[in-house]
Amino acid sequence: MNYHKYSSKSGFSFSYVMLALVIVFLFIPLFVVVFFSFNSARGMQWDHASLIWYKRLIFESPSLWSAFRNSLIIALTSSVTATVLGSLAAIGIKWYRFHGRSYITTVSYLPMVLPEVIIGISMLIFFSAVKVRLGMFTIFAAHTTFNLPFVFMMVSARLDEFDYSTVEAARDLGANERQTLTKVIIPTIIPAVLSGFLMCITMSLEDFVITFFVSGPGSGTLPLYVYSMIRYGVSPVINALSFVMILGTMVIAFIFRKFLKTVAASS
Amino acid sequence: MKGVEVNVQRVSRSYGDFKALDDVSVTIKKGEFFSLLGPSGCGKTTLLRIIAGFDFPDSGSVEFDSKNILPLPPDKRQSNTVFQTYALFPHLTVYENIAFPLRLRHVDKETIDKKVLEYVRLVQLEDHIYKKPSMLSGGQKQRVAIARALINEPSVLLLDEPLSALDAKLRQNLLIELDQIHDKVGITFIYVTHDQSEALSVSDRIAVMNKGKVLQIGTPYEIYEAPSTRFVAQFIGETNSFPCTILSCEPYEEEYLMRVQVPALNGEVSVTDYKAQPVGTQMDFTVRPEKVRISSNPPRSTVKELNTFKGIVEEPVYSGFQSKFYVKLDNESSTLVKVFKQHTAFLEDGPDIEWKDTVYVSWTASDGYLVKDTAR
Ligand SMILES: Nc1ncnc2c1ncn2[C@@H]1O[C@H](COP(=O)(O)OP(=O)(O)OP(=O)(O)O)[C@@H](O)[C@H]1O
Ligand SMILES: [Mg+2]
Repeated sequence: MNYHKYSSKSGFSFSYVMLALVIVFLFIPLFVVVFFSFNSARGMQWDHASLIWYKRLIFESPSLWSAFRNSLIIALTSSVTATVLGSLAAIGIKWYRFHGRSYITTVSYLPMVLPEVIIGISMLIFFSAVKVRLGMFTIFAAHTTFNLPFVFMMVSARLDEFDYSTVEAARDLGANERQTLTKVIIPTIIPAVLSGFLMCITMSLEDFVITFFVSGPGSGTLPLYVYSMIRYGVSPVINALSFVMILGTMVIAFIFRKFLKTVAASS
Repeated sequence: MKGVEVNVQRVSRSYGDFKALDDVSVTIKKGEFFSLLGPSGCGKTTLLRIIAGFDFPDSGSVEFDSKNILPLPPDKRQSNTVFQTYALFPHLTVYENIAFPLRLRHVDKETIDKKVLEYVRLVQLEDHIYKKPSMLSGGQKQRVAIARALINEPSVLLLDEPLSALDAKLRQNLLIELDQIHDKVGITFIYVTHDQSEALSVSDRIAVMNKGKVLQIGTPYEIYEAPSTRFVAQFIGETNSFPCTILSCEPYEEEYLMRVQVPALNGEVSVTDYKAQPVGTQMDFTVRPEKVRISSNPPRSTVKELNTFKGIVEEPVYSGFQSKFYVKLDNESSTLVKVFKQHTAFLEDGPDIEWKDTVYVSWTASDGYLVKDTAR
C-alpha cells in the first residue's frame, strides 16, 4: 500500500524517460509478435491481415493442444502440492522448535539458487537410478520441487511479520484451536499463500530446462513443444499462440489482483 | 463488586536452570486495581501469562474465587488480556476486532452492534470504527485492545505494560482513562508495569517483584513510605541509602527511636521505626531526597531527633517545579546526599542556593527509615 504520491512540476524528468524506455524495451518484442500473428504471409514480410494462423492454431494443431493440456495438468497439480507443502513447512519451521530446523531452512532454498541445468540433470540421474519411468509424474515431481522454495519463502516472510501474540489473543478471547486457525492465522497469511500459488503456476507453465531433462515420450509440455516446432523453422502459429497466451495471462493477473484486494480488504 | 478474587499460591516457574518465578504468592481482592511492579526480566509477564493460561507453573496453584483454574485453557478462563504489543488482528477493522469475541459465540447481530458501540464509546473511538489497525496511532490501537478485552465482560482484566509503547504525555492521559474505566466496569485489574510512577498513581495495591520473587505487597503509600527492603526503597522513587549499624534503641511515642552509626555519613543519625531493632544489627538507613531540607544557615532547632550535616553544593540541577542538589558532605566521607527542593513561592528562602555554596542538610528522625540490608 502506498500512501505517497510523488508529483513533479516538470512533466519531463529523468524518471519519466527511464519509465518510457523500460516500457519500450519490455513491450516492443511483444508488439512485434502480436503484429505478425495477423500477417497472412509466413515470413517477416507484411502481406495482408488474416486470421489464418489462429485458425491453424485452434483447429489444426492437436499435438500442441495435448502439450498444452499436459502443461496445465502439471502446473495445477504441482502448484497445489507445492503451495500446501511450502505453507505448512513455513508454519512448522517458524512456530515449532526441533532439531535441524535451521539446516532445513537453508537446504530448502537450494532449488531456488542452483542452476536449472544442475537440477535437471540430477533429477534425471535420480529418476533413472530409482527406475521411475520418465513421464508426467516425473515432471510433476520436478516442478513441485522447484516451486516449493518460492512458496516457503513468501509464506515465511509473511510469518515473520506475523505477531504470534494475535494467536494468543484469539485464544484468550474465546477461540478454540480450530477457530484460531480459520479466523486468524489463515486470513493473515492467505495473501502470501495465493501469491506463492500464482508464482508456482507461472513458473511451472514456462519451465523449459528442468522439464526437458525429466520428460518422457508423449509427456511434453507446451514450452517443449514450441521448442520442437521452432527447430523446423519459425511458424507464425507460434505468434498466434503467443498472443493468446499474453491475453490469457493478463486476464488471470487482472482477476487475481482483484481477488487479492478483496481478500486483503474483507476477509 | 464484580470481578473475582485471584489467589496465586506458591507458584514457581523455571526455564532450564533459570527461576523466572520463585515461590510467588499474592492474593488480589475482588475489583482491585492491582499492579505488579518490577524491573525488566523480574518475571511479571511470566506470572501474568500463567494467570491467563498461556504458561504453566512447575508448582503452586492459581485460583479464581477459590476455584482452581490451572486445568482450564485460556478460552475457558474468566480473564482477558491486553497485550503489550496490542495483538490486534491486522485483517479486521476496529469494529470487527472488538466484535471478534462476540462473533465467536454467535451472538446475534443486533446485540453485537449495541455492545460494540457501547465499548467503542467507553474507549472513545467512535470516529475510527471502520479503520484497519494499521491506520491507527499507538494510543488508538491500545484503546481497541482494551475494548476488545473488556467486551466479553471478563472477571479479571490482565494488562501487560499496556502503555509502554506510548509517549509520556499520552501515557498519563490513558492511565487516568484506564482508572476511570476500572471504576466503571468494577472488575479486577492486574496491571503489569516497570514504571513506578504509573503503579503508584493508579493502583489500590502494588506487589514489588525482583528476580522472580515478590518482595513487598502494599498500598502505594506503604510501599513508598515504608519500603521493606533496600531494593524496594531504591526502586520506588529516588532515595539516599547507606549501610548502618544500630547503636541504641528506646521507645519513642508509639514507635522506637534509634541511634545508628552510618559510616558513609561519617557520623550518627537518629531514626524512628515502628519495629525495634537489636543493638548491633546491620541495616540500611534511607532518607528520601524530598524529605531533606537544605538551607544556607544552620537550622535553628537543635532537638536531638534532628539530623544535620554540613556540606558544599556539588551540583545544582534545575528542573522546573523543583531543584535537585547533590551536596558533598564536609567531612572525610565526601558522600553525596541528594536533596530535592520544591519551588513553592518565589524567593521564599531568601537568595537561592548556588553551586559551591556551603549549606546545611537536615531531616528529622521520623523522615528517615531503616530497611533490611538484603541485596535484593
Ligand atoms: N520462554 C522462555 N524461555 C526461557 N526464558 C524465558 C522464557 N520466557 C521468559 N524467560 C525468562 O524469564 C525471565 C522473566 O521474564 P518475563 O518476561 O516474565 O519478564 P518481565 O518481568 O515481564 O520483563 P519485562 O519488563 O522486560 O517485560 C526473563 O529473564 C526471561 O529471560
Ligand atoms: Mg514483560
